[in-house]
Amino acid sequence: MADLTTNFAGVVSPNPFWLASAPPTNSAYQINKAFEYGWGGAVWKTIGDPVLNVCNRYGQFEYGHRRLIAINNVELISDRPIEVNLKEIREVKKLWPDRAVVVSAMVSSNEAAWRKVVQQIEDAGADAIELNYGCPHGMSERGMGAAVGQVPEYCEMITGWVTAAASIPVIVKLTPNVTNIIPPAHAAVNAGADGISLINTINSITGVDLDSLEIFPNVGGKGSHGGYAGPAARPIALHMLSQVASDPKVAASGIPISGMGGIETWRDAAEFLVLGSTSMQVCTAVMHYGFRIIHELCDGLSNWLDEKGAGAISEFVGKSVPRIGHFGDFDLSFKTVAVIDEEKCIQCNLCYVACDEGAHQCIDLTKDGVRVDPETYSGAELLQPKVREEDCVGCDLCSLVCPVDDCITMEERPRERDSFTWNELVRTRPEVTTDWDAMVAFRREVGIEIH
Amino acid sequence: MEHHKLSLDQLQDSFSEIHPRYTPNEAIVEAERCLYCFDAPCIKACPTSIDIPTFIRQIANDNLTGAGTTILESNMMGHTCGRVCPVEELCVGACVLGREHRPIAIGRLQRYATDHIFENDIQPFDLVADTGKRVAIIGAGPAGLSTAGELAKRGIRATVFEKQELAGGLSTYGIVVLREPTNVALEEVGFVEKLGVTVRTGVEVGRDVLPEDLLREYDAVVLAAGTGRVPPLGVPGEELEGVVEALPMIAATKLADKDGTEALTRIRVGNEVIVVGAGNTAIDAATVAKRLGAERVTMLYRRGREEMSAYDHEVAFVRAEGVDIRLLTQPVEVLGEGGKVTGVRCVRMRLGDPDASGRRRPEPIPGSEFVLPADQVIKAIGQEKLVALYDAVGVEHASGYVRTDGELRTSNPKVFAAGDCVRATGQALTVTAAEDGKIAARAIARQLGVAEPVPARDDTRGRFLHATVNEFGRIHG
Ligand SMILES: Cc1cc2nc3c(=O)[nH]c(=O)nc-3n(C[C@H](O)[C@H](O)[C@H](O)COP(=O)(O)OP(=O)(O)OC[C@H]3O[C@@H](n4cnc5c(N)ncnc54)[C@H](O)[C@@H]3O)c2cc1C
Ligand SMILES: Cc1cc2nc3c(=O)[nH]c(=O)nc-3n(C[C@H](O)[C@H](O)[C@H](O)COP(=O)(O)O)c2cc1C
Ligand code: SF4
Repeated sequence: MADLTTNFAGVVSPNPFWLASAPPTNSAYQINKAFEYGWGGAVWKTIGDPVLNVCNRYGQFEYGHRRLIAINNVELISDRPIEVNLKEIREVKKLWPDRAVVVSAMVSSNEAAWRKVVQQIEDAGADAIELNYGCPHGMSERGMGAAVGQVPEYCEMITGWVTAAASIPVIVKLTPNVTNIIPPAHAAVNAGADGISLINTINSITGVDLDSLEIFPNVGGKGSHGGYAGPAARPIALHMLSQVASDPKVAASGIPISGMGGIETWRDAAEFLVLGSTSMQVCTAVMHYGFRIIHELCDGLSNWLDEKGAGAISEFVGKSVPRIGHFGDFDLSFKTVAVIDEEKCIQCNLCYVACDEGAHQCIDLTKDGVRVDPETYSGAELLQPKVREEDCVGCDLCSLVCPVDDCITMEERPRERDSFTWNELVRTRPEVTTDWDAMVAFRREVGIEIH
Repeated sequence: MEHHKLSLDQLQDSFSEIHPRYTPNEAIVEAERCLYCFDAPCIKACPTSIDIPTFIRQIANDNLTGAGTTILESNMMGHTCGRVCPVEELCVGACVLGREHRPIAIGRLQRYATDHIFENDIQPFDLVADTGKRVAIIGAGPAGLSTAGELAKRGIRATVFEKQELAGGLSTYGIVVLREPTNVALEEVGFVEKLGVTVRTGVEVGRDVLPEDLLREYDAVVLAAGTGRVPPLGVPGEELEGVVEALPMIAATKLADKDGTEALTRIRVGNEVIVVGAGNTAIDAATVAKRLGAERVTMLYRRGREEMSAYDHEVAFVRAEGVDIRLLTQPVEVLGEGGKVTGVRCVRMRLGDPDASGRRRPEPIPGSEFVLPADQVIKAIGQEKLVALYDAVGVEHASGYVRTDGELRTSNPKVFAAGDCVRATGQALTVTAAEDGKIAARAIARQLGVAEPVPARDDTRGRFLHATVNEFGRIHG
């Protein structure tokens, strides 16, 4: 059985799963219960300056009957007095020496305030500090949270204060509400951070009540952008993680990344793992289903690692990072076409309409092998979709909309010409990349036909 | 009374598992409908308390090994149970979605998960070091096998003695192929054997080995012998050729499932078949007769529908098979010619005052006799109890059932009992037999001073660590 023990910048936990700083880590009651269930660590709900919360704090994004595909919140940092939090942190750490107890903090942007909170957190016995530079609402208006995270210079300055004062590892939590995640990541590295965590929540509005015209979450008739998290946010989190994990400067610094944003199942966690997360944090899935999901997170991940023949989880951190490439380096001769397995096809013909109206008109509807125009066809017999392989551009849309597993597959076809990339073209035939006539001539020359 | 209007292909179709296995797509669509309830009622409705929402979530997450392990951890007979449990009465009946929608098909999902384990020969349990303790088990049905497997999880080695040629008890010989192919039962036996259990088939306790020897040579003995043959109807004509017992007939179809469809053509079935009895065994016998090619199958029951022990879904099923159920009808004589059955003389009944069991007593209506033609009569009026064996092992019994306490200890301190032979009240099911195995193994381990097994994974790998938290941890600050 694969060893799930995780070492994150010297903070050791029996498995890589930490509760993210959020409502599930609001109190000793909750964290004790979570540790009983087997969570490897917890990042305490952000402590700091006094706040007052609103009702309603959350909105949701649902799809079909699936609830909470994502949550949205306008919640602030911990609304319990800092002394109460510190007392409980001390007690929890004493009870659970083998778990990672990380404390998230956010205070006013002055050095003395940061020095003080660092001291308090260390005195409470925490294993590490996480700097919350992400909160997109409420705190940012007060010059904290995302207001710091969005300005690399602030980020670097404050992190510098903290790393200078702290003797325990310092983790910088990045906000996704930036156009480029790399400058704040570099700021963290420059300031001597021991780890990076990402992502915090994404600015969002989850919906509008079509009767009252109020927006969600609705605070007495008014709403505002809230932080978006949960499964539907995962692709964005994975992208930001992959950017940071594949960044040469971050890689050279050797600091680990704690990934989060939409982790609900072991499969999600495995994706974060191979894209460079040493530990994985979870919030929304726990808010939805409770601490008990840890069992399946560990079980599934460990069965998968066993299947892969891994002795320890650490062997798989960042395994897919080398696969992250740039568009300019993609092989423009790589070819795939859609192939429909007619045995499996149930003839819903979603692929047909997708290709005909949303792609490249390469699927025909046929009866007894003969093409039929569905607009005029009036027979009762279902029509069979067939791909005209010579026209298929290999976009993959039909296989994505097909409701039947393995019915449409994208099959690789031999390259019809030597591999070449856009960057090579820019270097060797610059005119082709700037002039349409040259491009058309180039296509003719190498035999690329686009109907 | 030979058939054979049915072709081999028809017979093959008639004697195959009714529900095909879910495709991966079907399984995931169904699994994703599960709400993953907190304190899920399905867990409480399962006699073996399988953590159903967890295994369903594991299916949805494509962790089939985990799903199968979750099931088998709670129920060694989970591979059979997913197919044969009357889920409408158990887990599925409790599903909260049933209240406003369609409940989750828990049995089908369970089977999907255990099929993965058995097909890929996955052994989810680590072998446990031998404690040197030895237990003898009489009967390799679900109760005996579950006890043996649960003991193996504690390092206690069991030897299971089985009088039949094949192990598996009624899973192998009794539950119709439509619900459980014979192979499934045999795979389950193999699974238990791989945990370090010895199964000795073709050995009858009381004939080939003596109970007193077992009591002397083993640290404990478990009586898990199920029940015996169908008792006599007690009417004239019972000895005629063509009067048969339900179980051997069903058993023949089970063996044919293993030995090849050809064997089905050798089973004797009549054209006009009368099944006496109206429990689940009678339903199965009627189904088997019909599917073997009988023209007309009629079940006779002396009470009314309310009193029938067969489940509603079973009754609906057998009616859809074309079987006629005659309620308030009692056979009084089997008629014959030349030593062979030609019909059954019946009398109509009415319900009188309630008897000791609270059911209304059936009484014959004078002058209401009539004859039903028949060339085969199948007896399915319950099973005799193995009282002679109980006596030979030296345990107290009452009304045909071994007397036990809540931990399945018998009056003999060295002997425990499990399964149908203790099921004096409640439905005798595979799943209750499996649960008995857990209870008995726990009690035996305690008696032999063997520690409880450590769960497959320790707490920090995601197992609930039962309340280690002090008072403060539960108080809000
Ligand atoms: C026709 C039929 C259909 C059924 N269908 C279902 C169903 O769909 N779902 C469900 O949940 N339950 C069903 N049941 C009930 C279920 O099969 C039983 O409750 C279950 O098998 C009981 O397990 P057991 O181990 O106690 O007994 P059994 O399965 O009867 O096993 C007892 C074993 O002990 C052996 N034995 C007996 N005496 C000796 C001896 N002296 N020496 C050695 N071995 C001995 C027997 O040969 C047998 O193999 C059905 C039962 C029948 C008869
Ligand atoms: C209701 C709510 C409150 C949150 N509060 C905090 C917070 O106080 N500090 C913080 O760093 N992140 C906070 N977060 C962000 C989470 O820690 C996490 O980064 C984010 O939810 C992504 O993970 P998820 O998709 O698993 O939920 C909060 C998230 C939610 C949903
Ligand atoms: S979408 Fe899939 S199932 Fe539907 S018609 Fe196309 S190929 Fe067939």
